[in-house]
Amino acid sequence: MSVALERVSKRFGEFVALDEVTFGVDEGELVALVGPSGSGKSTLLRVVAGLERQDAGAVRIHGEDAAPLGPGDRRIGFVFQHYALFRHMTVFENVAFGLRVRPRRERPSAREITSAVKDLLQLVELDALGGRYPSELSGGQQQRVALARALAVQPRVLLLDEPFGALDARVRKQLRQWLRQLHDEVRVTTILVTHDSEEACEVADRVAVMHEGRIAQIGTAAELSRGSANPFLESFLSDSTRKSGEKKINYH
Amino acid sequence: MSTTIVPPAPRHGIAPGPRTRQRPLTATTGEGATARRILIGIALAYLFLFLGLPLFVVFQEALKRGVAAYFTALREPELLHALRLTLLVAGIAVPLNVAFGIAAAWAITKGKVRGRTLLVALADLPLAVSPVIAGLTFMLLFGMQGWFGPWLKAHDIRIAFTVSAVVLATIFVTLPFVARELIPLMEEQGVTEEEAAVTLGASGWQIFRRVTLPNIRWGLLYGVVLCNARAMGEFGAVSVVSGRIRGQTTTLPLHIEILYNEYDFTAAFAASSLLAMLAVVTLAAKHLLERSHHAARARLIREQQERQS
Repeated sequence: MSVALERVSKRFGEFVALDEVTFGVDEGELVALVGPSGSGKSTLLRVVAGLERQDAGAVRIHGEDAAPLGPGDRRIGFVFQHYALFRHMTVFENVAFGLRVRPRRERPSAREITSAVKDLLQLVELDALGGRYPSELSGGQQQRVALARALAVQPRVLLLDEPFGALDARVRKQLRQWLRQLHDEVRVTTILVTHDSEEACEVADRVAVMHEGRIAQIGTAAELSRGSANPFLESFLSDSTRKSGEKKINYH
Repeated sequence: MSTTIVPPAPRHGIAPGPRTRQRPLTATTGEGATARRILIGIALAYLFLFLGLPLFVVFQEALKRGVAAYFTALREPELLHALRLTLLVAGIAVPLNVAFGIAAAWAITKGKVRGRTLLVALADLPLAVSPVIAGLTFMLLFGMQGWFGPWLKAHDIRIAFTVSAVVLATIFVTLPFVARELIPLMEEQGVTEEEAAVTLGASGWQIFRRVTLPNIRWGLLYGVVLCNARAMGEFGAVSVVSGRIRGQTTTLPLHIEILYNEYDFTAAFAASSLLAMLAVVTLAAKHLLERSHHAARARLIREQQERQS
């Protein structure tokens, strides 16, 4: 089990964001968390990252209790909805950041950093744009830089918070297919948060549907498309999910 | 008053070409050529009347009795002392308020401290209160009859009518400038870049040095310029707490007023020209810093382009 949550709860004031969530992701798996806004999916991701602290319960990463670890010590890569690129650094420096801030003993040499960054930019197909600033890139390009930056620290787990939410529909569609391919290539354990159930079913190995701070259901797209007794799920997993689920069955 | 100083970088590193001369106006805004000329004329006349003319008169008056008299006036030991004191006071007050301004803006916008509204209001106080009142308050605190008066006296510390008082009053008056410049800027920038940095393993200091500080540097520079201008030019508060001991606690503005009251106009305006030049130097320094930054950035993009082609 690469990431495991055990009865994790988190509230903001009166609002219960996570209500005893228990949930696990296998090594190399890509799991999507879907749900309407306020269902707790982003909070769950931020708790795994250590950007929020849970009020109760435990988070384990590779079997290790993450409680004593800050966000920087968890070996996670986090990709934000609005990219959060360092606006005053070039694309190259953005990707190099995680390597440059390592303590001297663990820091790779300048040459190693350069070659690692070049490889990553190649991976995200942006090798020609290393000298640009984020403001000079399109949204889709910025998000790929953010992905390269997160991968640079060789994370054990990749956390994507609505990574395509700010992009237009066409780019979003391209990027999610590209993400699926990238994941098949890199095979890093990934949790993807999205409010788009179609996107979730198309990209992820398994989909967890969140509702009011709980995981209402979890399974492959095909399993979810078979329907459920839960009226919320019925309404949330719209026809589009069904269709893409059926497509999946046809492919296999 | 959030000021974005950085202009948008030219896309793809192509410098904006020679500007097309006299863009004909303007179907979109609808003003005719006449209206446009009148507006520009008003703006220029206003600038000349309220900024250009006074500056010109200062130098004209200073040089009225010839260049020799001007430089004699500038060599006056009391004036040189006032100049040194002004620079010293600004040299202490500005760095302290830069440190405070960054800390306060960080606490308010990124640190999510409680009572932020109160903190913002407090930081604005020196702008709302007349400097003279600020000076009097300091006297009430540190004067012989003031709150801390007996304690200070018992420990043989003098503050009222000393350079320390001048420094304290200046710090008070210039306190808001940096913070006010940074708070809206940092508010707008949010915390996600810092969050990204922390997930990438950066320490608190690294985040501040490599992410937060570079993002605010132009706002900070502007705040420093405003703060410095006020620190060197402050009159009211300093006038009250300094006791105006000639050649000891008189800063340049105080010294200028003393000379003026003594009908020594050449010396008064010579000193004024000095203060005006300090302001010009500050603005020029800011301008040069900005320009060298943009030049460096344009060069970087150009090199990148060349490497690719």
